[in-house]
Amino acid sequence: MASKWLPRWFFQLASPRWCYDFTGKLIPWFAVVGGLLLAVGIVWGLLFAPSDYQQGNSFRIIYLHVPAAILAQSLYMLMAIAGAIGLIWKMKVADMVAKSVAPIGAAIAILALATGAIWGKPTWGSWWVWDARLTSMLVLLFLYLGVIALNSAIENEKTAAQSTSVLSLVGLVNIPIIKYSVEWWNTLHQPATFTLTEKPAMPAEMWMPLLVMVIATYIVFGLAIILRLRNEILVRERRSSWVKALLTR
Amino acid sequence: MAQPLLSADSLFCERDDRVLFDGLHLSVSSGEIWQVEGRNGSGKTTLLRILCGLNSHYEGNLQWRGEPIDEVQDQFLTELLFIGHQAGVSAMLSPEENLRWQCALHPSLDASLVSTSLANVGLSGFEDVPAYQLSAGQKRRIALAKLYMSSAKLWILDEPFTAIDKAGVAEKESLILKHVERGGSVIMTTHQDVSPHMPLHTLNVEQFTSSAREW
Amino acid sequence: MRQAHSMVGLFMLTFKRDLVLAYRRKSELVNPLIFFLIVASLFPIGVSPEPNFLSQLAPGLVWVAALLATLLSMESLFKSDYEDGSLEQLLLSPQPIFLVVLSKVAAHWLLSGLALTVVAPLLGVMLFLPAEGMPGLMLSLLLGTPTLSLIGAIGAALTVGLRRGGVLISLLVLPLYIPVLIFGSSAVQAAVTGLPLDGYLALLGAMLALALALAPIAAGAALRISVSG
Repeated sequence: MASKWLPRWFFQLASPRWCYDFTGKLIPWFAVVGGLLLAVGIVWGLLFAPSDYQQGNSFRIIYLHVPAAILAQSLYMLMAIAGAIGLIWKMKVADMVAKSVAPIGAAIAILALATGAIWGKPTWGSWWVWDARLTSMLVLLFLYLGVIALNSAIENEKTAAQSTSVLSLVGLVNIPIIKYSVEWWNTLHQPATFTLTEKPAMPAEMWMPLLVMVIATYIVFGLAIILRLRNEILVRERRSSWVKALLTR
Repeated sequence: MAQPLLSADSLFCERDDRVLFDGLHLSVSSGEIWQVEGRNGSGKTTLLRILCGLNSHYEGNLQWRGEPIDEVQDQFLTELLFIGHQAGVSAMLSPEENLRWQCALHPSLDASLVSTSLANVGLSGFEDVPAYQLSAGQKRRIALAKLYMSSAKLWILDEPFTAIDKAGVAEKESLILKHVERGGSVIMTTHQDVSPHMPLHTLNVEQFTSSAREW
Repeated sequence: MRQAHSMVGLFMLTFKRDLVLAYRRKSELVNPLIFFLIVASLFPIGVSPEPNFLSQLAPGLVWVAALLATLLSMESLFKSDYEDGSLEQLLLSPQPIFLVVLSKVAAHWLLSGLALTVVAPLLGVMLFLPAEGMPGLMLSLLLGTPTLSLIGAIGAALTVGLRRGGVLISLLVLPLYIPVLIFGSSAVQAAVTGLPLDGYLALLGAMLALALALAPIAAGAALRISVSG
């Protein structure tokens, strides 16, 4: 197969047991660093960063909204790539990663939408507005929900993993097309919308806490994925001797 | 010993947390008839579908003419005839229309033999009748007509004699014998009693259920 | 040469087979069209029959109705072949599965998308779409509905082994339909206001090209996976 040119660690990853042990070592680091960064980011962003001259304090929600939006998109990519690896190289661990990421990605997409709505109320006067970014995020949520729905509809674990991998890949190919068309549609229909401030246009005092928050959310939700993944590994490998030994300890 | 046609090595398959078989070995050479035995639910059909390539949920090695089956997939498929549990017959099409489409799908089937094959299975006069108007046995025979049209080397047949009467069974058995005399091979499962003069190799799936597997 | 000949032969025979099958199950032929008409009628009835209001809705509304009607008929693309074992035989063919999938989708489109395109002006009249919009309506549907059938085939292939795949297909496929919907209805809108259609049709054409290249592969892979279980 294509195995000859792949590094050894790639196949080491394929062992659920190795993965379980390795992620176990990562947990304390992720928890501590993530928690610290999150605390720093929230305090900085919500209390100390300068307020926007137009929106006042309500814009501070972007310190949650932007990281959530970025993460929702990255996680979909992770899910699709993990699924592809599981499909092509028949790696169980890759399938388990994809399955663990899906609900978390969906939850973050909902968080992004909710924080977008919270931001929208004081800014635009309504809880929802069909702007390009929110609409794209909504469609991304639908894509996540589709993957989750397909996974739960198929009883056979392996078939479910393979089918959802195909679906995630199809979704991945479509995401740029959807984003482009929604942006285009938005310019056609909306008067000058208040777009989210782009990072470069913001002064350092504003985007630095944002960067901290982005990194913090990656780590914190990375931790959530790791915890789900470890659970999934235990469930799937429940017949193996190492899991049995673990559970009887 | 000539190289085996199809060989399976250390096959492992599980369903719903139950090991169907582990460490299963099978080597089918030219001119052999193999009967796969086992109780209902023991995995006979699963094994057959794995051998065909329809079911990919297994571990182990499959080889066709000495090469890993993944690498010679197209070659393997041109030399395979599979008749599964489901007849593969569209109810809204006539026997002739059904067979013609099968011929387009499988180059090893000779389309010029459609009429004679239908006659051989006792369906002459029914060539243009939509299959839903036929009995279960007659529908089954449409699928079996392919046996008369096939130049494929390996026949994999899952319960081919279901709903066929004794005379029909005897006839199909002689057809199978002729096929292996010409160097072909057959792997099949059947609940019917196979006549004792058929030179059979048997594989009992249930012999491979105990798994010494290290999880 | 013989191989190429038999590939064309397989395409044509599969195409013909699917058309014959649909013709013999007559209800499948007409249902999507009836649905199309009913959905479009729901809006004047449920919202407002006022001409000015409806004519504004018309471009998007006809497109949404076409989308839903296509989805409705998608489930039957592979279902009966799965149930009678023909799908297994299909997957055991040494010929590329891409061909057979493309052929089936083409036959399906003829009976759904193309039929909808032909009936669409009737809906346009019922929804007070200005006459200038009609050619744009038909052109956009002509270019867009094949893409809908192709993407829908992926959904159908992924769910063919499930007992009640109907609503699930919609869930999986509708988000993927959104770009086609956006440009399709914008094309009609542009036609109504007298603006040039070229850009929209080019984009719809590009999406169709992409779908033609990728969807049958994805659907083929999904079929193998669904049958494997």
